[in-house]
Amino acid sequence: MAKTKIPGARAVIESLYNEGVEVIFGYPGGTVLPLYDELYDADIRHILVRHEQAAAHAADGYARATGKVGVCLATSGPGATNLVTGIATAYMDSVPVVAITGQVPSTLIGNDAFQEANITGITLPVTKHNYLIQDANDIPRVFKEAFYIAGTGRPGPVLIDIPKDIQTDLIEFEYPEEVALRGYKPKAAGNEQQVKRAASLIMDSDRPIFYVGGGIIISEASKELLSLAETLKAPVTTTLMGMGAFPSSHPLSVGMPGMHGTKYANFAIQESDLIIAVGVRFDDRVTGKISAFAPNAKIIHIDIDPAEIGKNVRVDLPIVGDAKNVLKSLLNHVKDGKTRTGEWNKKIGVWKKETPLTYRKDELLRPQYVVEQLNAVCPDAIIATEVGQNQMWAAQFFDFKTPRTFISSGGLGTMGYGFPAGMGAKVGKPDSTVIVVAGDGSFQMNSQELSTVVQNDIPVIVAILNNGFLGMVRQWQELFFDRRYSETCMQNCVDFVKLAEAYGALGLRAAKKGEVRHVIEEAVKSGRPTVIDFVVEREENVSPMVPAGAAINEILELE
Amino acid sequence: MKHTLAILVENKPGVLTRVAGLFSRRAFNIESLAVGVTEKPDTSRMTIVVSGDEHVFEQVMKQLNKLIDVIKVSEIPGSDAVNRELALIKVGVDSSTRAEVMQIVTVFRAKIVDVGIKSLVIEITGDEDKINAMEQLLRHFGIKEMVRTGKIAINRGAKTVKVGK
Ligand SMILES: Cc1ncc(C[n+]2csc(CCOP(=O)(O)OP(=O)(O)O)c2C)c(N)n1
Ligand SMILES: [Mg+2]
Repeated sequence: MAKTKIPGARAVIESLYNEGVEVIFGYPGGTVLPLYDELYDADIRHILVRHEQAAAHAADGYARATGKVGVCLATSGPGATNLVTGIATAYMDSVPVVAITGQVPSTLIGNDAFQEANITGITLPVTKHNYLIQDANDIPRVFKEAFYIAGTGRPGPVLIDIPKDIQTDLIEFEYPEEVALRGYKPKAAGNEQQVKRAASLIMDSDRPIFYVGGGIIISEASKELLSLAETLKAPVTTTLMGMGAFPSSHPLSVGMPGMHGTKYANFAIQESDLIIAVGVRFDDRVTGKISAFAPNAKIIHIDIDPAEIGKNVRVDLPIVGDAKNVLKSLLNHVKDGKTRTGEWNKKIGVWKKETPLTYRKDELLRPQYVVEQLNAVCPDAIIATEVGQNQMWAAQFFDFKTPRTFISSGGLGTMGYGFPAGMGAKVGKPDSTVIVVAGDGSFQMNSQELSTVVQNDIPVIVAILNNGFLGMVRQWQELFFDRRYSETCMQNCVDFVKLAEAYGALGLRAAKKGEVRHVIEEAVKSGRPTVIDFVVEREENVSPMVPAGAAINEILELE
Repeated sequence: MKHTLAILVENKPGVLTRVAGLFSRRAFNIESLAVGVTEKPDTSRMTIVVSGDEHVFEQVMKQLNKLIDVIKVSEIPGSDAVNRELALIKVGVDSSTRAEVMQIVTVFRAKIVDVGIKSLVIEITGDEDKINAMEQLLRHFGIKEMVRTGKIAINRGAKTVKVGK
């Protein structure tokens, strides 16, 4: 019996069912009308954002919080181009997102038709892969491949562009069981010989340090990392992307490395004789001056992406594979060995005591204090951040215990990311408290999403560390441009409490230390989307700081 | 240094752009590029000659391997491989030079594929050096137009660049 035929748009919905998609962040328009018509009675939650950029960030935040593939949807032309910043953000941080865009009818492609943009061309360098569907029969295969590519190996965004006529063409729907991609075969297990060699390098080392990042979180290797670090009694430094991969209050944790890392993490790297790098990419914000980075150390680099190995630093022992797999087999090889890290840990202990992460504790309301109080009231919250000083303070002063609780744009550093990403995280993890640590500048890049969180009842708490400045840029101007604050002042431009109220959200304010705790508790108790305006010290700096291009032990201590 | 790459790719639209983009972004100059279908109709083979910094070259190879539509990337060594290019060269001639040009064509074992009153079209295949040498000689007579295919290359002996299983 011939199968009944269904339109392409329906095939898209069926494909999404097959992939277990529960929620889409999107915004309609002309070339996705058939898709939205199918969504009207589909069993998939659609969250109507107020700007497509937010749809992409929300899908990204959803993915980071849950580990599932996030999905966003936009119309052709401006809808699609509005997604681009979000797609690029996800690409830089290896986040699995599938972005679906409408396209003008196939017969008009290339004619500069109304709302035509070559979105596959535009997103070529910022997607893991992308598709322009030219035959409705390809829909099931393309969706199967797209979700597979986005979610496996080193994850990343995949875009699917679907011309309007393809959405109405009729096809016989059958979802493929497997993908057949000749050019894509991610490698999970590490080479056993290399793992053995790594084990003996580790056992021979006196001053090893784990340098771990987002790869641990993506491959869910935290447990293995913890056993390994404890077995070896080796310190662990966690990058911005790796926050939560290793408990930050663990005695072996030395915090974040690099530009705004702890002094003791940077000292430890510089004095180490063996760096065990896992799921990290030796970003310039971590390494500082590359020629002076870890001068005494051999480097073991474990990563699923062969292109990361040897890209920025010379590596003595590469292992290509999934972090969880490799750490597991590494654990088998070192289990019974004797370590000799006693002296090393003592030394690090002294550094920790002498150069703690701190700030001036006086009567003034300083932003670091706000983060500490958020930690005190909501120790298990998911923290999404904006970009700038707020982001660094969140990383420095919140105590991250578990993976997928720190959601931040690391690679691209996208202002306007945090709020919509936090919204996506809350949708994926409705039972968690989600707090967006925001800057007054960044929040204004996507504050329109207040409308979305109110309409869809997504109770995130936005904690604005309001310094009336584009603070991080101001800090650089203070330090390197003679305090000439060119175009970085935004004081008293908006009343955030009124703004929240205008959207129907709860607006709160704290301008004194004594008020902080209370407003946080009130926000949590309300169960409503809330904006808290924390009026903080205006010229507080993020400290310590390694100036760009300096070696990571050339550290400035800032007031 | 110059490198010759044999890249097996899915025979699909858009693949060339993806490959070329990786080179241009890293300021690699593609000196020549030839694409055609292989013994398998769903697979195309690109032969690309590039030059640039060694460290960057290694990065580009790895990035090429990451492209979903790229099935295999191999470097073809300078020695132990057959390298060929084809050129069509239109040379201006008159009654006094025609014979001399034809003599050069014979020496190079090239072919004359079009004869006009004031011009000849010469077809030559060979490695880059041979074609350059011929071009040098013909310059004296006046080259009116030249088109070269870009190099294609294949390993000598049993070694092959093939889609694995
Ligand atoms: C979209 C975008 N534009 C510009 C920048 C450059 N930039 C980095 S931090 C920053 C200031 C952020 O100000 P705010 O959100 O108030 O945070 P603060 O540093 O004051 O905490 C700017 C402009 C950026 N990262 N992203
Ligand atoms: Mg600010």
